[in-house]
Amino acid sequence: MHLSTDPWVWIAFFFTLSIFTFLWKDNFLYKLAENVTVGIGMGFWIVLWWNQTVVGQFWTPLSTDFGSNFHLIIPAIMGLFMITRIIPKYAWMSRYALAFTIGSGAGFGLPRVIQGGVLQQLYATLLPINFTSVGLGYNLIIIIGTLSSLIYFFFSKEHKGAIGGVAKLGIWFLMIGFGATFGYTVMARLSLFIGRVLFILKDVFGMHLF
Amino acid sequence: MNFWEKLEKLDRRIIYIIITLAVVLPFFFRMGLPIKISPETKAIYDYIQNLSPTDVVFISGDYDPQVDAELTPMFEAIVRHCFERNVKIVVSNVYNPQGVGLVEPRLKKLAQEYKKVYGVDYVFLGWKYGYSLLIMGMGRDFKGTWQTDYYNTSLEDLPLTSKINNYNDIALVISLTGSGAYVAWIYYAYVQFKAKIAAGITAVMAADSYPYLQAGQLIGLLGGLRGAAEYEQLIHHPSLGSAGMEAQSWSHIAIILFIILGNLGYFMSRKKK
Repeated sequence: MHLSTDPWVWIAFFFTLSIFTFLWKDNFLYKLAENVTVGIGMGFWIVLWWNQTVVGQFWTPLSTDFGSNFHLIIPAIMGLFMITRIIPKYAWMSRYALAFTIGSGAGFGLPRVIQGGVLQQLYATLLPINFTSVGLGYNLIIIIGTLSSLIYFFFSKEHKGAIGGVAKLGIWFLMIGFGATFGYTVMARLSLFIGRVLFILKDVFGMHLF
Repeated sequence: MNFWEKLEKLDRRIIYIIITLAVVLPFFFRMGLPIKISPETKAIYDYIQNLSPTDVVFISGDYDPQVDAELTPMFEAIVRHCFERNVKIVVSNVYNPQGVGLVEPRLKKLAQEYKKVYGVDYVFLGWKYGYSLLIMGMGRDFKGTWQTDYYNTSLEDLPLTSKINNYNDIALVISLTGSGAYVAWIYYAYVQFKAKIAAGITAVMAADSYPYLQAGQLIGLLGGLRGAAEYEQLIHHPSLGSAGMEAQSWSHIAIILFIILGNLGYFMSRKKK
């Protein structure tokens, strides 16, 4: 075991333990760690956006070659329009910038989302029913699961009789899905805890674990 | 208050202590629980295993410190595999700038370990604003979109990136993420340019990502620490992922026991009433 001599490791160790003290009850150490995290995060993003966007993508190209980059003034003006929201008298100007952002974002995104998130997913449920490959056939389960779950969310007809039965089956598929998601969530949270334990054992106390 | 009622009202702090013991003790007393390799992990391994030294894998470390514990073991395992196979890699943080500080030092360390040359065997691009435009731009003009690497060297001047024009020159894109970044890669790189995409994601998101795998939009998937541990087993280099898996298994056993006991307590006390 070799204790770390890096002061940053010990600072990280202190804040890790400070956060964990919340498990006992809310306290000063937890609040300190929480506020430091929020403050550093905010500072990081402000510096990053300023350097990468304002300086990197606007000021530097304009100041080095104005002739080829003068079109950058248009998005810069749009950006300034966004800030007008803080002045009620001129807040209407921000709508132009928002309209452009929403319009271009939807234009870029919609066709791809429909293609990748709807159509290709739909094709993936149009499967041959195969009893020979694995047990009852995964394809059959996928088809029944998709159809029954969709029928559960079909509210134009009362869930009675055959429709009600299929909708109930849909609930079972949904519950299994939620259960799997919850199980994975537990696993994820524990992984983060394991990560911190590994940090303490390996980086702080210098233990050889593998 | 009888036993079952006490069980139902168990102080949460006792649960925390038991879970902590279940996580910490396996690091000192190993049982050697097996790690079964899932087909979705094997698919990524096989894909990289079959690449040639002229192929390029693009790894996007689209994550931040909150999920470092789950995704860094994946990153290291994949980089190790590529370096062992002499496959070229281009690393970036398309979706999340906080990944730069997590990915860059580890990439440098691994490159030194495998004696890889910057610009020839690997390149680091860092982060640039506008992930969707970046992903689409890479499909049309890779060098024009990124222009320079993280250290401000023109991509034209680096032997590795000078040959990359678009996704046709990239054998595989791997998005390591704790957010929806992998979906952005599917929508903007797979749908439009038919780029091959694989994802390494946090366990929270794993259940939601299987439809993309089933639809063939992802060639493979690493889900949480388990995915990292499986990949480490495949490359015969147990590291952070494998070290944590035994703790994960024991803590899961503890949680399952708590769920069973909690439900037993609930039903028994209801029966008495």
